[in-house]
Amino acid sequence: MRRLTWFNTTSLTLGFAFLYLPMVILIIYSFNESRLVTVWGGFSTKWYGELMKNEAFLDAAVVTLKVAFASSIAATVLGTMAAYVLVRGGRFFGRTLFSGMIYAPLVMPEVITGLSLLLLFISIGLDRGIITIVLAHTTFSMCYVSVVVSSRLVSFDRSVEEAALDLGCTPFDAFRSVTLPIIAPAVISGWLLALTLSLDDLVISSFVAGPSSTTLPIKIFSSVRLGVSPEINALSTILIGLVTIGTISASLASKRAVKKRQQEEQMAEQAA
Amino acid sequence: MNQPAVSSTFEPWTDPQETPLISFKSVTKKFGTFTAINDVTLDIYRQEFFALLGPSGCGKTTLMRMLGGFETPTEGVITIDGKDMANIPPNKRAVNMMFQSYALFPHLTVRENVAFGLKRDNMPKAQIEERVEEMLNLVQLQNFSQRKPHQISGGQRQRVALARSLAKAPKLLLLDEPLGALDKKLRQDTQFELMDIQEKTGTTFVIVTHDQEEAMTVASRIAVMDHGELIQVETPGRIYESPNSVYVADFIGDVNLIEGNTKPRGDGKTELFWAEGQAPLVAECPHAPDVEARCTFAIRPEKVNISKERPDTQINVVQGKIHDIAYLGNISTYKVELPNGTMVKAQTANNRRLARRDLTWDDDVWLSWTETAGIVLDQ
Repeated sequence: MRRLTWFNTTSLTLGFAFLYLPMVILIIYSFNESRLVTVWGGFSTKWYGELMKNEAFLDAAVVTLKVAFASSIAATVLGTMAAYVLVRGGRFFGRTLFSGMIYAPLVMPEVITGLSLLLLFISIGLDRGIITIVLAHTTFSMCYVSVVVSSRLVSFDRSVEEAALDLGCTPFDAFRSVTLPIIAPAVISGWLLALTLSLDDLVISSFVAGPSSTTLPIKIFSSVRLGVSPEINALSTILIGLVTIGTISASLASKRAVKKRQQEEQMAEQAA
Repeated sequence: MNQPAVSSTFEPWTDPQETPLISFKSVTKKFGTFTAINDVTLDIYRQEFFALLGPSGCGKTTLMRMLGGFETPTEGVITIDGKDMANIPPNKRAVNMMFQSYALFPHLTVRENVAFGLKRDNMPKAQIEERVEEMLNLVQLQNFSQRKPHQISGGQRQRVALARSLAKAPKLLLLDEPLGALDKKLRQDTQFELMDIQEKTGTTFVIVTHDQEEAMTVASRIAVMDHGELIQVETPGRIYESPNSVYVADFIGDVNLIEGNTKPRGDGKTELFWAEGQAPLVAECPHAPDVEARCTFAIRPEKVNISKERPDTQINVVQGKIHDIAYLGNISTYKVELPNGTMVKAQTANNRRLARRDLTWDDDVWLSWTETAGIVLDQ
């Protein structure tokens, strides 16, 4: 066993401080009595109460959730299809170009994506609103889904699909009854990724959002420009809390599943 | 090595009236510029246990995958039961395959895996149940039907794969290195199980393997392949005793190869001059009996007698010195160095437990064999 030397301890502390100090300060100040963000006026949960009464924030939260669910589901379907074709489609003309093009939006500056989408929506006469945000989010998040799903497709044994064909499945049947259940974990994590990306996207949303469709990040950003209010701190703390619970429970669940599987495999080999 | 008992009576390939189940006619398969299969013509008959044998990369798997419908030939025609298979996808063929990796569906139980193919056929539920039960009994997995593939051992997975591929009662079952992942003991047991099942179900089996012992054990006929071509297609016994080339002789089992110049003797036998100052070897030369040529004499080690005294016969007797001894329990192999440096292996069966083995390292010994023990092959 390696011991925790003073050097390791220091690096660990510095690293984690760098990552989490800003959030810790934000959480502490969300329980501040005072209206002034930088002055500690005693412990209070009153800003959480205020937040619940703030219609504008609640509306924005609803819009954000609607957009996130709609766009992440669309992105998951499209991204999975794209990944399947690019990984399993064999060598068709322009395959390399297509797979390059699928990944290009990952490195494209968001400003450019946002601007070009805006120009497109204006030129086809689509009014800016929830629909345009959903379309925009689907566009950029399907690339992420496609990356996650195709890495799973590449690693899984092709012969399982061939076995399904061999046993009488049509190619679509084989995809539905064999491929999809096997890649389901990757599809779900792709979906979660798309959901998260959509939830916190600010740049692209602000290009394509209309006056009636303000998402939460836009709302937070614009109200901070008028001065940081403790309400924002409260809202951010709630978001951090949700993300933390989600991440921890997901990792616990997957750890338990892996452990159970290993035990079952060991038992099977010993019994034989 | 004994031939399996079936092949003495079961020889449809010798009967010109018999129509083959599978027929390859001048089949060539190219991947880009690489030729995987080069002009293969081959007939396989009903109820055969046919083995495709060769080193990795010889094209045996490609040949099998063309039967399954996973590859299409570049040239030539494949027929199954008289029907051209050119445009028939895998799901429309009465052919099932057992994959090397078993390819079990990890999200389904053993029972659901076996039932998978039957459900695609819209078979009534009760009938599916019955058939699945029958298959699970066949491979003795009744008690594991509710387990998932990761909850059973490697040998059990192999049996699930077999049950799944047999469930639809295919005309033809393809087995791609089915026993490759099992350890030696289990593999031998499973080979006999496979033969049993093949006999019980009457299905035609085509097996791909690189293990010559496995092919010899299970097959009614073996096709030895190299570089996409069939080198010899014969029964295990013929492949072993009358190989048609040095490649086959060397690939199947252990063999001594001695090069020399042939001189036909006129009575069907050939003399082979193999070393300066040594009497010629006498053997049959079935491939070119009347020609003088540079040839190779091949003889299996178990057909070489080894003795301390010079044997009485005058033909095929050579002297040498024991270079190495390998005691394997049931047999001993002596590596004998001839005067010109050639190494010849001789094997004796240790059929007595307490025999005195008086041959030891550096002993001068005599090797001898009969005129029919070996065979002269062209290069």
